[in-house]
Amino acid sequence: MTAPLMRPKRKNPVVKSREPTLPPWARSRVALGMTAAAAEGRFELQRCARCHAVQYPPREACHRCLSDDLPWVEIDGGGALISQTTLLHSHDLYFRERVPWRLGMVQLDAGPTVVVHLHGDVTEPPTRVRVAAKLDKAGMAVLVGFPEKERAHMADDRQLREFTCNPQFRRVFVTDGKTATGQAIVRALATAGADLIWVGHAEPWKAAPGLRALADIPQVTLLPLDVTDHRSIKEVASQVGPKVDILINTAEYHRAFGISARQGTDIARMEMDVNYLGLLRLAQEFGPIMRARGADGQSSAVAWVNLLSIFALSNFPAHGTYSASKAAALSLAQCLRAEMRPAGIRVINVFPGPIDDEWNQLLPPPKLAPDAVATAIVHALREGIEDVYPGDVAQEWRSRLREGAKGFERELAAGSGT
Amino acid sequence: MKTRARADYRGVAVAVPVTVPYVRYSNRSAHWWIAQAVSGLLTQSGLDKSVVDGVCVSGFLLFPDTAVGLMQHLGLSPRWLDHIPMGGNCGVVALRRAARAVQSGDAEVVVCVAGDTNHVDSFRQTVASFSQFARDAVYPYGSGGPNASFAFLTDYVMRTTGITREDYGKLCVAQRANALSYPHALFKKPLTLGQYLNARPIAEPLHLFDCVMPCAGAEAFLVTTEDRARAMGLPYATILGTIERHNAFPEDPIQFRGGWALDRDDLYAQANVGPRDIDFLQVYDDYPVITAMQLEDLGFCAKGDVQSLIRAETFTIDGTLPLNTSGGQLSVGQAGAAGGYLGLVEAVRQLTGQALGQAVPDAEIGLVSGFGMINYDRGLCSGAAVLARGVRA
Repeated sequence: MTAPLMRPKRKNPVVKSREPTLPPWARSRVALGMTAAAAEGRFELQRCARCHAVQYPPREACHRCLSDDLPWVEIDGGGALISQTTLLHSHDLYFRERVPWRLGMVQLDAGPTVVVHLHGDVTEPPTRVRVAAKLDKAGMAVLVGFPEKERAHMADDRQLREFTCNPQFRRVFVTDGKTATGQAIVRALATAGADLIWVGHAEPWKAAPGLRALADIPQVTLLPLDVTDHRSIKEVASQVGPKVDILINTAEYHRAFGISARQGTDIARMEMDVNYLGLLRLAQEFGPIMRARGADGQSSAVAWVNLLSIFALSNFPAHGTYSASKAAALSLAQCLRAEMRPAGIRVINVFPGPIDDEWNQLLPPPKLAPDAVATAIVHALREGIEDVYPGDVAQEWRSRLREGAKGFERELAAGSGT
Repeated sequence: MKTRARADYRGVAVAVPVTVPYVRYSNRSAHWWIAQAVSGLLTQSGLDKSVVDGVCVSGFLLFPDTAVGLMQHLGLSPRWLDHIPMGGNCGVVALRRAARAVQSGDAEVVVCVAGDTNHVDSFRQTVASFSQFARDAVYPYGSGGPNASFAFLTDYVMRTTGITREDYGKLCVAQRANALSYPHALFKKPLTLGQYLNARPIAEPLHLFDCVMPCAGAEAFLVTTEDRARAMGLPYATILGTIERHNAFPEDPIQFRGGWALDRDDLYAQANVGPRDIDFLQVYDDYPVITAMQLEDLGFCAKGDVQSLIRAETFTIDGTLPLNTSGGQLSVGQAGAAGGYLGLVEAVRQLTGQALGQAVPDAEIGLVSGFGMINYDRGLCSGAAVLARGVRA
């Protein structure tokens, strides 16, 4: 059984921090379909549309009927572990640093035999297992074999932790604690066992509701931070940057309306300043510091979370300029993801539908409770998911965009969408 | 539809076994090793380079060249050329292809050659980019290379049949005993069962002496007509039968059997011999689990019964069922694609009175089998050939 994770000892400042290395990331183009699903927490394989054969490894043609119509479909991960090994030698630097490493061969109920990273709680073959797709440190999908039934401390498995970003015993920086969502996230992190939580608050002379209660949580330290002020970010980065394992950017500026309901660009400029440039400034200061700690022991720097909006994916004209600023932030987050990748730090983008706050007052329900956003973020960190669509509206947008982005744009223009 | 009867290999001679002495690491390229083997073959046979009208090449590390570029590199102008990227099965397949070319008259003097170099980092690079499936679905899982794949299989077979490490160890120890008289074996010290069992673990249940050691080397042989071999005074072997198979039993969840199980009846029918007539066996031995699988699938015992066979035979040259008489790859080393030639070249030596080490007494018929290309979870190519002592020149 997995031994429960212990609070790590203080770092010895004399010992050199290990440089981050990555597992092999080369994949054929067709294999990236598995990564696309794993990024959202799903295990998908190709299933032939003509003969329904499920196949793995991914191919350009159905191995049974040669059809090229091979949609990716969600697979039930049940299967039989038929064989196992524990590597004590590896050709690759990343694994060489991490042996012994346990692997298994699983015959899926869906058909194919798959090679998996094998969880330590799985008993010797032959035995039943559950296979899931996870992103590894290189951001690529890999398959992991779990015990069929959930067991205590399973998340603390040494190998599994390479694929997840569990906030337990980690130090987290939440950039804005003044919003209801920011506060919900801080509370959820405290409950999840985060070791220290630094919480930014702009304009500290203005008392915000709930902020004082937040400061009463033992792990929480409030830090004045204005993401539109580069100097303010630099100051905070020099103070806490080298200790941040997870950064969650909750700072946002949100006003309603599109183009013609407003005069001038002041509001749009503020939205860009906070939502887009704020992320850029944070990334410039915290990115390099976190990258250096990508393999820094049990509680290494591990994730960067962006609170975006489902409106980043297609413009919602009623909140048109806000949508544009979130689209800009999404594009930048993709750049950040590319730049954090060499250190194995996951960039998690969260795309909530309208949150039930004052800026979405006039939007009809369903609206997302701040606590639901917080729960989704902690879940994504624990499971290692990198694209999160919390709530019904976000899920609906996601599926409609998949069906046809152009048609959906027309519907949004005509006033539907939420 | 009934399968047509296969033509025999009448009139074809296999001669001039060549080995370029192996080294653990080499600064030379695969081209150099292959050139040395071709040069050795010409010297050993007395053939003029211009007479060579057919070439069959295998080498993992020829890239970016293929056999074509190699012809200009070596100044050869054959009228028949083949490139066999089948790893451990390339020797048997080269033999089959070359024999048919000679029989049909498309070529008459065919040099079959395989060689590879081994730089300090080349094995890792080969493993990392071995195939699309390996890159997508195996290498990201611990990057153990073939060790991990064969560890899975060994674990499975041990669990399901009860075969033990001691059984596998007996095969390795016997092959090492055979290697001691073979001058080109990189392992020159005897191996005891205790050393085998206590060696450091590599990928459980595999330990150090279960795993082949990558090295540099080259092997070659000549395929021509019996008439020409006799005229040149070259001792030769003849081909009684051959088989090859790719991606056999694709629905098996794990590779507990290989293509030999599918084709061995065809092999023995064509050769008109059975396992009992075989004087020695040269099987592909990258890991002992594969050696044992070939013993079963080639009909030397019933499936699942190899433990009894292993306990009954000695596998040594002077004992019963001589196996891998040069020591096999586990004792000689695995020189890339040349590993697919090692057993075949040794078989030709044993059948032509040219053994470099201890000769198998009264060897008249030998069986060579090949196995290659771990694409995803299993080796895809299998093949075998039955060779006989030809008429002495």
